[in-house]
Amino acid sequence: MSIKNYLRERFFPHMWCPGCGHGIILNGLLRAVDSLGMQKSEIVMVSGIGCSSRISGYVDFHTLHTIHGRALAFATGVKMSKPKLNLIVTMGDGDALSIGGNHFIHAARRNIDITAIVMNNRIYGMTGGQFSPLSGYGTKATTAPYTNIDHDFDVAELSKASGATFVARTSVYHAQQVSKLIKEAILHKGFSVVEIMSQCPTYFGRKNKMGDAVDMMNYYKDHTTTIGSKAKKENPDLIERGIFVQKELPEYCSEYEKIIGKAMKGRS
Amino acid sequence: MNEKVRFVQGNEACVEAAIYAGLDFFAGYPITPSTEIAEHLSSRLPGKGGTFIQMEDEIASMCAIIGASLTGNKVMTATSGPGFSLMQESLGYAIMAEIPCVIVNVQRGGPSTGLPTSVSQGDVGQALWGTHGDHAIIALSASNHQDVFAMTIEAFNLAETYRTPVILLLDEVVGHMREKLIIPEDGEIPLVQRLRTSVKGGVDYHPYLPREDGRLPMSDFGGEHRYNVTGLIHDMWGFPSGNPAVAHGLLRHLVDKIWNNVHQIARYKEYYLDDASTVLISYGSSARSALHLVQNRRQRGERLGLLELQTLWPFPASIVRDRCASAKHVVVVEMNMGQIFKAVKMAVNDPGKVFLANRIDGVFITPTDIRNILRLIRGKGV
Repeated sequence: MSIKNYLRERFFPHMWCPGCGHGIILNGLLRAVDSLGMQKSEIVMVSGIGCSSRISGYVDFHTLHTIHGRALAFATGVKMSKPKLNLIVTMGDGDALSIGGNHFIHAARRNIDITAIVMNNRIYGMTGGQFSPLSGYGTKATTAPYTNIDHDFDVAELSKASGATFVARTSVYHAQQVSKLIKEAILHKGFSVVEIMSQCPTYFGRKNKMGDAVDMMNYYKDHTTTIGSKAKKENPDLIERGIFVQKELPEYCSEYEKIIGKAMKGRS
Repeated sequence: MNEKVRFVQGNEACVEAAIYAGLDFFAGYPITPSTEIAEHLSSRLPGKGGTFIQMEDEIASMCAIIGASLTGNKVMTATSGPGFSLMQESLGYAIMAEIPCVIVNVQRGGPSTGLPTSVSQGDVGQALWGTHGDHAIIALSASNHQDVFAMTIEAFNLAETYRTPVILLLDEVVGHMREKLIIPEDGEIPLVQRLRTSVKGGVDYHPYLPREDGRLPMSDFGGEHRYNVTGLIHDMWGFPSGNPAVAHGLLRHLVDKIWNNVHQIARYKEYYLDDASTVLISYGSSARSALHLVQNRRQRGERLGLLELQTLWPFPASIVRDRCASAKHVVVVEMNMGQIFKAVKMAVNDPGKVFLANRIDGVFITPTDIRNILRLIRGKGV
């Protein structure tokens, strides 16, 4: 199927800035869905609030644009009530991990079959460039004019520690890998996290003198490497890309089915 | 023993009613004095094929029931003061996106952590204006277990009829007290089922285009129609819009669908009002003490009457005005600093005759407390 068939074209042009990386994520996501041969009606996309979360408006799935930080909680209700649906939850970095941090770790802990995509541009873009929990120490933002003293955390490590059974990371420079990892994540039964490093030239790039969108994408090219590569051993500061965790553990909805079985048995 | 006659807590009466009403999905988080609702449902729902989930907090609980309602289920959450505060943002989402759901608040003393195990009716005003922005809400209350049962079912019925969240305001006394409950036979109480669209799959479906009667047929999310749901001001497709005419129309629709039906939504009980010179107005557990006093003083020839409100919001002002028209005194009995008292004053023709009999110390208001206020109002001293 043509990628266009997955879009609600009448809602274009999209509202993302020129040079924003989020369109590459939308493209990669749709290519993943297409390569899996999924029907549009099988997919529910749930998003929160922010630049990233407007992605749900543009796709011709069942789409639920929720409130800031709570997309995974809404998605849990949808999935538990209709487990046959495929849930894809798209969130920004602040959305998923600041205001939504609690829901993120608990969804991971339950291992509920949801694909969580963190569109990490290291900034609150929609409100005009404030630092997020992934901006990192020493960066600048409109709310960190003297540089940021908040440390970031590693999304992959956090997901792993919280119990996610599929954890991966890449960047929008690596467009093929975006698609490949989202595909793997959708196929995975359990809670899967894909962190995709994206660029915000309008705010993060400008505030931190990182150049234009191409410069920022080149930054991801030069500062990332495959998990466990020789380059990583030589330069520990490189950010690793690839699949960090991929394991089978009981999935939450399946476990709940067993509870229903126990309760009904007890009744008869 | 007939298993339809039970001796239960009010919280359990609420659970039995929710199951009677066809509850499919409950999400909640432990909090006193509502916890028994979650406990009983964790045991009862799976046996009916329903879903119980304990979420990480009340915010998530409210979000989860919204998600589950969208897919076509009857849903509920239950909480108390602090948890109700946490739910306010997503409550507003349910109002905006017009998603039927029931929120039970078993009230305790506030503000903040307050008096967790003591009774209060301090969240009545919050039920009306807790979430931000112009909106309308339906809030019900009940004073005894049979009415808890009836009002819980009403909450589900009104939620489906008006595509809106409905708040059931119980309180610690009603929630924890044990008394008799007779569970009606199946079919005895009518149940409102979801109005679903007749638009076929593949045809352009307008999820947010109201019919002429203001009702909005739904399509189960994840079913044959793909559409967008958002908390932003949206057009008839559910897509965000900044068009002033769309914003105006949507806000009017959200408020009018409730306020144009205030008489259809009003539930109340009347006791000895025909010739009452003093009308007591109360709701929830405090209405028990008010009724006790009225019945007691009637035996002594005092012309006391009681209007027990079961619908608190939208406030049935014209009914209150009518029932108080010939009364010399109107006394509002509640366990807060006058949250319904203010609404009554605004409703009646002569606000000067409206008085407040209240307690705010976590102690249940007694008939004697109310009688002492009556003596003061009549200039008899305590």
